[in-house]
Amino acid sequence: MPDTHYLNATYGYGIRTWLLTTDHKRIALLYLCSVTVFFFIGGVLATMIRIHLLTPGGALVTPETYNKLFTMHGVAMIFFFLIPSIPAVLGNFLIPLMIGAKDLAFPKINLLSWYIYIIGGCFVLYSFGTGGLDTGWTFYTPLSSVYSNSAVTPAVVGIFINGFSSILTGLNFIVTIHTMRAPGMTWFRLPLFAWAHYATSLVMILGTPVIAITLLLAGLERMFHLGFFNPALGGDPILFQHLFWFYSHPAVYIMVLPAMGVVSEIIPTFARKPIFGYSFIAGSSIAIAVIGFLVWAHHMFVTGESTYAALTFSFLSYLVAIPSAVKVFNWTATLYKGSISWDPPMVYALGFIGLFVIGGLTGLFLACLGLDIHIHDTYFVVAHFHYIMVGGAVMGYVGGLHFWWPKITGRLYPDSLSRFAAVILFVGFNLTFFPQFILGYLGMPRRYHTYPPEFQVLNVLSTAGASILALGYLLPMVYLAWSMRYGKVAGPNPWPATGLEWKTDSPPPTENFHVTPEVTWEPYDYNSRPDLGLAAGKPLAPAHGDD
Amino acid sequence: MRECRVHRTGDLFGQFQTLEQQKETAALGMWIFLATEVLFFGGMFLTYTINRHFYFTAFGIGSNTLDIKLGGFNTVVLILSSLTMAMAVWSAQTGKKKLVTGFLIATLSLGTVFLGVKVIEYKQKFDHHLIPGHGFDMTYRSSHPTPADDPREIAAEKEEVEKAFASDLDTNAHAQLYFSLYFAMTGLHALHMIVGAGLLVWLIKESFRGRFSPQYNTPVEIVGFYWHFVDIVWIYLFPLLYLIDRHR
Repeated sequence: MPDTHYLNATYGYGIRTWLLTTDHKRIALLYLCSVTVFFFIGGVLATMIRIHLLTPGGALVTPETYNKLFTMHGVAMIFFFLIPSIPAVLGNFLIPLMIGAKDLAFPKINLLSWYIYIIGGCFVLYSFGTGGLDTGWTFYTPLSSVYSNSAVTPAVVGIFINGFSSILTGLNFIVTIHTMRAPGMTWFRLPLFAWAHYATSLVMILGTPVIAITLLLAGLERMFHLGFFNPALGGDPILFQHLFWFYSHPAVYIMVLPAMGVVSEIIPTFARKPIFGYSFIAGSSIAIAVIGFLVWAHHMFVTGESTYAALTFSFLSYLVAIPSAVKVFNWTATLYKGSISWDPPMVYALGFIGLFVIGGLTGLFLACLGLDIHIHDTYFVVAHFHYIMVGGAVMGYVGGLHFWWPKITGRLYPDSLSRFAAVILFVGFNLTFFPQFILGYLGMPRRYHTYPPEFQVLNVLSTAGASILALGYLLPMVYLAWSMRYGKVAGPNPWPATGLEWKTDSPPPTENFHVTPEVTWEPYDYNSRPDLGLAAGKPLAPAHGDD
Repeated sequence: MRECRVHRTGDLFGQFQTLEQQKETAALGMWIFLATEVLFFGGMFLTYTINRHFYFTAFGIGSNTLDIKLGGFNTVVLILSSLTMAMAVWSAQTGKKKLVTGFLIATLSLGTVFLGVKVIEYKQKFDHHLIPGHGFDMTYRSSHPTPADDPREIAAEKEEVEKAFASDLDTNAHAQLYFSLYFAMTGLHALHMIVGAGLLVWLIKESFRGRFSPQYNTPVEIVGFYWHFVDIVWIYLFPLLYLIDRHR
């Protein structure tokens, strides 16, 4: 381990040096801790939902409480875990390192964004603690703005505030990637992780303000009895849905694009091959972000929109499948004839591809106008978006943590145990959510606290899977925490990988690089980088033995 | 604390290599922030446009209650303030240190005048029971004229309101929607003005200390971007709220 690095570069480890830091690496760790807390809260709520659904009549809570459980699960997971997870933790830590900068463009704004996140989070926790809210994470009006008797206002305020954290992070990333690149780091030498974050940031800065203003109007409506979205006062609830989904559909790409970026880094590293179709993967990230803005009304096929609008949105929704498929095919082509090693991040990345493909293909079912009438608002939808958000985004997040953990902490974690955890996660996930596809197809509606007895077998399977899934999440938390103190020292480039972030110490010094790096090589050039100690086409011994 | 952040040398913050890079970065950051702002206001403009289309008559009588003289005056004030802001940026770039402070103070004063006039306009709406809520009453002003009111104007408003009620029984609710949007939109705009005024106070303080020079004037320039943007929002708000279907 280097003598001085970002973790010990101040006098002692005092709390002030963390709470007032402007170092992007430390802020990333602040985010890591806080999103983990929200992941845990959301996870506990999900567990309660699954326990409740063990029996047809509902095993645990009253119907009203059940409504609150799934609402709070959605709010905690989407706004406070999934959206900040990869960008604010891994993106924050890695983007300056990957492009050879000393920090993000606006370090103080970066810290501010964390504080905004925490303030927003406090409002939402206050709402959870004072009775919770029962509107669904979608906050449809007039239920949320007039009729709900739960703590909607603080939650809306919290999400409104938290939106600015996301906007500032996105702004920082875009500006950093534009103006802070090291000499020789051209646009087409950028890591695909940076491209993915660029696309994500576009969605963050252009989508988030729309949900902010929408929730502001809904909040004003609730507080001052105004009528923007309340039909009784002349307002239009469909308008709320349009504005809501204008952000909340692209928000799905805020969650999954960074995960795709993570996978695009992991796959070539462990296939020991240059990535196949670099510019297509980079371009497809931008294409997903752009087309993703034009599909929102596919959430409203049964809400009463014109046939022509529905046809258009259906067509555009199919269109998003193309850049998504481009990525999957390019990853597969990268694996082809690669010399694949089964290091833990690779197991996660392959798991991501499997789950994302299922999630993506079932999305096409939902984009189909006729079929959507049958499966709309059923467990089919629930299973579909969990495959994308949990199977995709969370798998990518955990895989990314494993890939860069040696860089973040300077230490390695147990090898076999982490591979085992990845398999547990994959199996547990499929057992939890695959039965829900069948349930939905058979007609079980989402958000109901009870179901007919013939659905019990599949629900019990799903709950059993959830307990395995929980183990798959707890295991990494335990051994990653353990490794911070007891793990083997990793060295600067344990895998080894080509990115600029691997050229500096692990953990990196506060200023990231001792000398400003100059980039003279193409990205993912595993064939001609003798400095990595790789002979082309020859499998490598694992960087570390079995612990 | 030792080495806990990347250090700053003079005007150059530690994460940058050159002042030029720093300036370019700050300007790009502000442009992107303004793109966010466009979408932020955009949601509300959309809500306004759709409802204006649904309830054209009710929104029209709402528009007609606004004081076009005060609104027009405020528009001129804001355009002037954009001019003084642009002059402040120019003075900073050409190194006229005293002029920078003068133009910044002029901009701040014009911004304050705008907010003051807005307060007068809001107070009128309170007096006329045009605040959305339980006391909202579109007919209040024409049925409770004060001696200061022009009787012809009151008669015209009375006739217009009666006509609107005849064609749409819910005129009160729909006009209330207009005023909800009026207060939300102008309120959010005023909030941006207040933030801008705060930034100007900070700039004036810095420029008194002679901080801005042809080499370093990034803060003046990017606050200028912001100020012009807030003005442009008003340039859209004024016709939308005051001028459409104006006939008195």
